[in-house]
Amino acid sequence: MEHIELFFKSIFIDNMVFATFLGMCSYLAISKKVSTSVGMGAAVIFVLTVTVPLNWLLDQYILQEGALSWLGEEYASYDLSFLSFIMFIATIATMVQLVEIIVEKFSPSLYNSLGIFLPLIAVNCAILGGSLFMQSREIPSFGLAVTYGVGSGIGWFLAILAIAAIREKIRYSSVPPALRGLGITFIITGLMAIGFMSFGGMLTGGDEEKKDEPATEAKVEVKQELDKEKDAKVVAENTNINK
Amino acid sequence: MGILSKKDAGLIKDPLFDNNPITIQVLGICSALAITAELKASIVMAVSVMFVLGLGNVVISLMRNIIPSKIRIIVQLIVVATLVIIVDLVLKAFAYELSKTLSVFVGLIITNCIIMGRFEAFALGNGPWRSFLDGIGNALGYGLILVIVGFFRELLGSGTLLGFKVLGDPIEKTGLYAIGYENNGFMLLSPMALIVVGIIIWIQRSKNKSLIEEA
Repeated sequence: MEHIELFFKSIFIDNMVFATFLGMCSYLAISKKVSTSVGMGAAVIFVLTVTVPLNWLLDQYILQEGALSWLGEEYASYDLSFLSFIMFIATIATMVQLVEIIVEKFSPSLYNSLGIFLPLIAVNCAILGGSLFMQSREIPSFGLAVTYGVGSGIGWFLAILAIAAIREKIRYSSVPPALRGLGITFIITGLMAIGFMSFGGMLTGGDEEKKDEPATEAKVEVKQELDKEKDAKVVAENTNINK
Repeated sequence: MGILSKKDAGLIKDPLFDNNPITIQVLGICSALAITAELKASIVMAVSVMFVLGLGNVVISLMRNIIPSKIRIIVQLIVVATLVIIVDLVLKAFAYELSKTLSVFVGLIITNCIIMGRFEAFALGNGPWRSFLDGIGNALGYGLILVIVGFFRELLGSGTLLGFKVLGDPIEKTGLYAIGYENNGFMLLSPMALIVVGIIIWIQRSKNKSLIEEA
């Protein structure tokens, strides 16, 4: 149930393109034809599915505060989270390169259809964004990280497919000359984003409080011990504010 | 512009209007749209990008002859990531609330296409001083759009600018609110950012016909 909820949430409610504007550059540049946008979308799903769980492991066992405790007692107090940007982007760049080599070796036909898009993906904000949101939303388990990666990939795929189909048709309409190309694409994307906002109440039944509860519970599970320290910090901050 | 030659001044001026990174080169859209609900966040984002792009361009330009071209993307990403970590730590230390608002978008400066685009297109082929100017110019062009979008979204959406209630108080019904003005809460939602940028592109292209696309 948890998986299904997160899956649909990452496709529709937190859609990469329409809710957070991630990967807009390639979204705008590659959406002129449906066929190329399918290739790009597939590549994004693929890379997100691989990198989000991988970065989850990195985050959980190396970067988080206290994550190094599996090395021994003396490492328990290390907090390497400031390194997360550089570690995530290095993982992504390496993975993209690796995926490219493997695909080229074992499936030349897939390589030919994805080929041009794979190197572009290393600098696609959607990929790094997926990992950073995974970190900031504190996804509790490895399985859920996989679900989140696949879900957000499919969401991005849907978005680029939809805009490519619209852009193929819009060639036959009389758009004001100054709006042609980029301008109208922006405005259509805006209108589509308004449409996607209506998915917001899908899982919560319009009740915002229900949405918050599972999230906080999940957090508690992950950081049983760390929470005490954080609470102390929060209390300290609050007293400062009150002063 | 006494210090700069005419050619160097062009490096700063061109990206502001005729070769604007957002509206013409279509680079760096993601962050431009997501954080412009408030003017303050837009300004901070623009300054951060200026820092990263200016310094990053200099570093890449200094190293341009020793980077093997096969692994240049990874080298570039590491340089940007290091600069972004500096920005992130500074923001967390001096403007904690704001760094919460910007959330993951500070990290996403790494994959901001403006940065990679300028590294590839300019810094790899030009000297450090010109690369620095190019970086600053492009960051200014980016910042200009961010500030315009942030200005309109905050003014029309919540009736404030940088947190000051310029249109009066909506609860006590002073200023414009006294005659029945209402805030357009829709401006604060993310889709409106796209539409505002679309309108900016529309205005810019109808003023400068040479920018109009064929298709």
